[in-house]
Amino acid sequence: MRPKEKVGVLCSRVRIEEKYIFAVLEQRGIDYERLDERHIFFDMQDPRYYHQYDVILDRSISYTNGLNSLRVLNAWGIPTVNSLEVATICGDKLATTAALAAAGLPQPHTLVAFSTDSALDAIENIGYPVVIKPVVGSWGRLLAKVNDREAAEAVLEHKAKLGSVQHSVFYIQEYIPKPGRDIRAIVIGDKTVAAIYRKSDHWITNTARGGAGEPCPITPALDELSVKAAQAVGSGILAIDVLEHPERGYLVNEINHTMEFHTAMPTTGIDIPGLIVDHILKIAQEKREVIHD
Amino acid sequence: MLTANCPECETEIALEDGTIIGEIIVCPDCGVDLEVISLDPIELDLAPMEEEDWGE
Repeated sequence: MRPKEKVGVLCSRVRIEEKYIFAVLEQRGIDYERLDERHIFFDMQDPRYYHQYDVILDRSISYTNGLNSLRVLNAWGIPTVNSLEVATICGDKLATTAALAAAGLPQPHTLVAFSTDSALDAIENIGYPVVIKPVVGSWGRLLAKVNDREAAEAVLEHKAKLGSVQHSVFYIQEYIPKPGRDIRAIVIGDKTVAAIYRKSDHWITNTARGGAGEPCPITPALDELSVKAAQAVGSGILAIDVLEHPERGYLVNEINHTMEFHTAMPTTGIDIPGLIVDHILKIAQEKREVIHD
Repeated sequence: MLTANCPECETEIALEDGTIIGEIIVCPDCGVDLEVISLDPIELDLAPMEEEDWGE
């Protein structure tokens, strides 16, 4: 009899989501280990230690550490959830926009520029208000809604002068007048397993910024768009953030590859950590079948 | 219930059952974020500040 699958969980800070996932792994008697990216290292000439894992789940709170760990692990042929490809696309808003555009999926009108002058030209090309976002960032951090030229000039200058060079990749989106809420749809594999509305009086509706959750029906249209969006970035365990435009309907805003579900789980009653563990075990078993068969 | 002292203000903090290593707790007195470094013996340290690439 083959030994049971061994799972690694890459993480540092343990959020409530990680606690839920560890609890499921323990309840099911799954052999797993936490890999704290602050303590591990990779010997690029010797992958043997990491080959004990049939799958590694990336729950790193640090995009940089998670991405670079996946780069090494995938190069060694160790399956990860999500994959390097998915993390590379989802961790970068411009890469996500490009993948969604290539798949022909609806999203907010987006422009990118590399100087303050060309960014101002881009903004005035679509008109105010616009939203300027860092290409790498999460939890609604450093988003700016810009209502007029004076504000645009100020925000662009601050980003160029005070930020790292990455903040001079000016990622600009039309402002969507959403109805006080957006939608978070959770897709695991090829299935939309849960969806919530995130409601807020503020234009930023992230639950990390105080947005409250309410159940959202998974309509066939929402399901189809969410699954297609997940497939466009490579599929895995993903949270698709969707805006509702008054005329154009659903628009995919962004996709999160190490999703939080502290609001979605109690709001929907869906056992999201259980479904996450089901999915990673399926990936582990597929790898073992390839090796043993 | 396990208890430990806040490394910032020395207040005694009670850890809930089920607390695990790596978890972040907030000192009820001074409000600082603390990371649970070990459980036996209990050790708390100041949690790292949010970095620009943190998120989901």
